[in-house]
Amino acid sequence: MKTVVLMGNPNVGKSGVFSRLTGTRVIISNYPGTTVDVSRGVTRLLESDVEVIDAPGTYSLSPTCPVEEVAAGILEDADLVINVVDSTNLERNLYLTLEILERGIPVAVALNLWDEAGHQGITIDVEALERLLGVPVVPTVGLAGQGIRELVERLDEARPSETIRPMSEEERWATVGRITGEVQTIAHRHHTLRDRIAEASIKPASGLIIAFGVMAVTFLAVVAIGEGLAEYILEPLFDLYTPFAMQLSEFLGPGILHDILIGHLIDGEIDYEQAMGLLTTGLFVPFAMILPYIVAFYLMLSILEDTGYLPRLATLVDTFFHRLGMHGHGIISVFLGLGCNVPGALATRVLETKKQRFIAATLMSISVPCMAQIAMVFGVLGPFGMHYIVMVFATLMAVYIVVGLILSRVIPGECPEIFLEIPPYRMPNARVTASKTWMRVRGFVGEAIPYLFLGILLVNLLYTAGFLGWLARVFAPLMEVWLGLPAEATAALLVGFLRKDLAVGMLVPLGMTPVQLVIAVTMLSIYFPCVATFVVLLKELGARGMAAAVGVMVTTALIVGGLLRMVLIGF
Amino acid sequence: MEKTLLDLRPGMCGTVTRFAGAPGFMQKLRTIGIREGKTLTVVARHPLSGPVVVGIGGREVTLGRGMAQRIMVDVTS
Repeated sequence: MKTVVLMGNPNVGKSGVFSRLTGTRVIISNYPGTTVDVSRGVTRLLESDVEVIDAPGTYSLSPTCPVEEVAAGILEDADLVINVVDSTNLERNLYLTLEILERGIPVAVALNLWDEAGHQGITIDVEALERLLGVPVVPTVGLAGQGIRELVERLDEARPSETIRPMSEEERWATVGRITGEVQTIAHRHHTLRDRIAEASIKPASGLIIAFGVMAVTFLAVVAIGEGLAEYILEPLFDLYTPFAMQLSEFLGPGILHDILIGHLIDGEIDYEQAMGLLTTGLFVPFAMILPYIVAFYLMLSILEDTGYLPRLATLVDTFFHRLGMHGHGIISVFLGLGCNVPGALATRVLETKKQRFIAATLMSISVPCMAQIAMVFGVLGPFGMHYIVMVFATLMAVYIVVGLILSRVIPGECPEIFLEIPPYRMPNARVTASKTWMRVRGFVGEAIPYLFLGILLVNLLYTAGFLGWLARVFAPLMEVWLGLPAEATAALLVGFLRKDLAVGMLVPLGMTPVQLVIAVTMLSIYFPCVATFVVLLKELGARGMAAAVGVMVTTALIVGGLLRMVLIGF
Repeated sequence: MEKTLLDLRPGMCGTVTRFAGAPGFMQKLRTIGIREGKTLTVVARHPLSGPVVVGIGGREVTLGRGMAQRIMVDVTS
């Protein structure tokens, strides 16, 4: 099977073109470095099945970070390259185009974002560009699908360029300048409101005010949408479901099967949060307690991503993140990590050095609880008062900063400065936002539910086998003396490795004080990543890096747990 | 007069004359659009040795102070 590779600078819409070509849905956002992994899809082009590869964006074929290395490496396997070019920024994009053409591979050029170039008063003489480059050039609008058909039809004209020969870097720049001068004309443009907003949101003072505003609105929107979904849609659904569950409970009668499917009734009623049965807690926790907030969070995250705000935020927090041994781009992993730690860990790839990536991944794993866990923390601690929730998050934030300050001094290696292109603001496209939110929500349902079921099953079996009791006795000294928690909470820490949300839920029946709950949920975030995150971190950091990260996690958990106990409970 | 990009106050423009850095650094800047002969506008300079935001060819790029210090410019306005 032939391989067609999509290559281009970061944030030029490669993933949009990829999704149009293959029908595969991939995450599309308005910031450089959205695609850190390689997406593959099979489609019928040129009357045969071909594999289409969406390469991460790169500015040149001499890579400066792992993401760009991946991109440059993929080129080796390409039978044909579709070079996706940002029409609004032709000059900068052409450098990579020339580098690819010099390799002697068949190439077709997609002049993407063609509509936006028009709005900005930029016109490009497509025929002249085609003649100068010696390969087909097609204007496209990846998001809307414009020009994709023509691009496909002209792929059989793609052949190694006869006009572009290998050249030195200096010559290449000269050629870029000459070609741009010949084919591009730019009409003068007045400052628009959009320009003014763009400027205000990246300047220090006005930028910080806007940042706080954006964060506050995002947070309030997530809470409002999440609560609304839970209260008016999902909880009523469970009210309808309760009679069926009760009937099943009566039908099953007492016994192990009842314990596993329905769990323990409280006063003859089903308490969905505490029953611990597969068909009660196993459904209620993910669908009624977590899903509403997952939907709300991913909707807001998609909007933040698609407007192009995140790179501006990265600029504003750069000074601060630099003190922690990273740079502003590290905030992307925090944001994605708030949804799920797995994409958060992958997002650390945009950082240039090993040191930065280690710090970003370790800190995220320690201090950034995922949305599922956050929703449970709100569910469990909320009834006791907002200030307990604030305690948890203030502690985690302090830990992020303190551990970051320490790691940035202790870990050897370099911390290069931020170097980030700021994309123009764009109005989020409803279709893209909806489809992206749906993809991520589906990802949660597909991955979380099996693990939740497995977790609940495991808890029931281990409890029956007496293992949890034994474990509690072994860890009793640590739990009771050092952390001030009941020994039974050990079981939650064990389950936390599978699903942290479930682990938080397991704390409820233990009858702990609010302060103990604060300590326990903070521990759950810090002590160790969940299995899904662990696997990804192991791959990203390597065995030695992961061992070091685990050392940091466990040490931090013990110190912070002990301190919290002293401050909140006393000796 | 030749200055470094870092010497420019927000709102000022300059034409890039040369880079004082390693080839890798120069290539990185050039590929993102910052090259000899190009005119830059300083959009913002963040306090506490924070990054510098420059406008170039209708785009904005955020770069660290150390980098800004190694970009030599002729002040145009």
